[in-house]
Amino acid sequence: MVELTQERAVDRSQMQVSDEVAIEIRNMNKWYGTFHVLRDINLTVQRGERIVICGPSGSGKSTLIRCINRLEEHQAGDIIVDGTELSSDLKNIDKIRSEVGMCFQHFNLFPHLTILENCTLAPIWVRNTPKKEAEEIAMHFLEKVKIPDQAHKYPGMLSGGQQQRVAIARSLCMKPRIMLFDEPTSALDPEMIKEVLDTMIELAEEGMTMLCVTHEMGFAQAVANRVIFMDQGQIVEQNEPTEFFNNPQSERTQLFLSQIIGH
Amino acid sequence: MSDTPITYVRDTMLPQKAPPTSEIGPVRWVRENLFSSPMNAILTILSLYIVYTVISHVGPWLINGIWDADSLTECREIIAASGDGHHSAACFGVITARWHQLVFGYYPSELYWRPVLALLVFFVGIAPVLFPSLPRKLFIVSMIAPFLCFWLLWGGSIWLPISIALGFGVGVVAFKLLSASASSLVAIIGAIVLPLIYWLYLSGPLASGLASIVPLGIEFVPSRSFGGFMLSIVIGLSAIVISLPLGILLALGRQSDLFIIKTCAVVFIEVIRGVPLIVWLFTAQLLLNYFLPPGSNFDLTLRVIIMVTLFASAYIAEVVRGGLAALPKGQYEGGDSLGLNYWQSMQLIILPQALKISIPGIVNTFIGLFKDTTLVVFIGLFDPLGIASAIRATTEWNGIYWELFLFIGIMFFISCFSMGRYSLYLEKKLQREHR
Repeated sequence: MVELTQERAVDRSQMQVSDEVAIEIRNMNKWYGTFHVLRDINLTVQRGERIVICGPSGSGKSTLIRCINRLEEHQAGDIIVDGTELSSDLKNIDKIRSEVGMCFQHFNLFPHLTILENCTLAPIWVRNTPKKEAEEIAMHFLEKVKIPDQAHKYPGMLSGGQQQRVAIARSLCMKPRIMLFDEPTSALDPEMIKEVLDTMIELAEEGMTMLCVTHEMGFAQAVANRVIFMDQGQIVEQNEPTEFFNNPQSERTQLFLSQIIGH
Repeated sequence: MSDTPITYVRDTMLPQKAPPTSEIGPVRWVRENLFSSPMNAILTILSLYIVYTVISHVGPWLINGIWDADSLTECREIIAASGDGHHSAACFGVITARWHQLVFGYYPSELYWRPVLALLVFFVGIAPVLFPSLPRKLFIVSMIAPFLCFWLLWGGSIWLPISIALGFGVGVVAFKLLSASASSLVAIIGAIVLPLIYWLYLSGPLASGLASIVPLGIEFVPSRSFGGFMLSIVIGLSAIVISLPLGILLALGRQSDLFIIKTCAVVFIEVIRGVPLIVWLFTAQLLLNYFLPPGSNFDLTLRVIIMVTLFASAYIAEVVRGGLAALPKGQYEGGDSLGLNYWQSMQLIILPQALKISIPGIVNTFIGLFKDTTLVVFIGLFDPLGIASAIRATTEWNGIYWELFLFIGIMFFISCFSMGRYSLYLEKKLQREHR
């Protein structure tokens, strides 16, 4: 996991954090039925920040980022994305979703559409981009994730790593201002993890605001400017990566880190 | 064992050889499929004997069939004269003499071109739906086709189908105006209620008003003249075409988060599905008049079409719901995360996949529905079976059974078999996207 930084020098010149607030979460709470999954979450994300969220399974980290684009509904507190508050207003939700890209653990590509159609679908229908222009944009991003030659294949014909890169390209076609990653490498073979992480590092180098739920600690050290550790639906500790890994404060964090790095 | 050396190096490569003759071609097929064991050999011979017996009895009956007789008596005389009196022969004369009734019922014979043309219009209209490679512009024909078919079949003033078509325009306009200013639920309700009001109270007077100003029309043919396969096809195809979109909407309604829409869909589906079709047909015949505004005289065939459509749509809804449930949740989330709204993600992502899964079930429902149109005989409509009874009631053909039912059976088989084949074609065509 840690070799990543040695293999590839990460260019931090573009990774500047601005004062502008991209996401603000205030006293957010969420329940599944009576189960309190997220408890008093407070988080402010500046534009250009790369945040890695880690924690044991069931700690609510996925739920947290899924609340940001309203795939999950929160019951108390406020979430403000790009100055728009998330409420049950459908038009606001669709607007925020089109500004916030998301990549999933299982890619969620549309199997009945080609790679190119997967990428042009949302620009054409949500942004009303003309088909030809949308295809040009799609090809641009497919080149960026290094699979332009697969454009006319169906997702089922691609490897997991390629599918995840298509999923990233598909989100980028909407020109999002924020990208959310929900365990993007957890369903991949070890060989394919690297190609996906490289794509994500490139994105970070261009100054994209990113929130990643991941267990790739090498990635966290290389690009994150903040690591958040969650347990039992709460933010237990957050710090900049070197300090977080070398000098964890909370006992829970120390235990977690010793378990994932120790073996 | 211990003496055998482990090292081994091949010095010559073996050339390819042909397999033994008993292992290829028809010889192998016969051996594997028909005579693979003594038991199978006995079964094969027994089956061949049964097939032979059936063919040796039915074959001559079919081949010696009499095609040019005007009555059963004449037919029997021909059979008696031709042979030694022992062998039997079919009297297909009934089909030559009465095929026009079996196909068109009591439709005026000089107007047979109208149902035929209507069927052609229907196929042109449905073509762009069935074969996606055709140009999209043909969809205009698809939208006009139902009204044109209606006008060709029943005839009368051209203004009636036009004023009915306007009702859909009212619905679309209402939806556009309301969804811009009010919530989507209000828009949907408006798009359903306003056209209904228009059809109940305005379309009739509008049509007759226009007809009195510009009388344009063709000869009116009342519903009771419809019969035979034409009636089955009119009921069956209308029900198929309308029940699919209706069923999809019901399936989506049943999955909806909106409580009222969900409840309506569930109640509708369960009530319609829980009662036999024949009961609904009697309802259409006897009870529907109570629910319609007083004075409106609603055509019986139309009422039957509505009932059969509603019945089929409940089944389609459940089949489509199965398809929707089979999709992983990630597909919905994928669409949501890109900012597609509900209808876009249904139309572009969810339904294409759900319908693909549901094709065998949908076509199965359609085949069942088409065959169920024969039930209308019980409420006094002349479907092919009704016509067959009518023919058997005449003095010429009193006492004929097999030939008529064979003909009707073959006609139904051809229609249903082609639907089944089309569904296989569609499944194969869509196969490529399988993960």
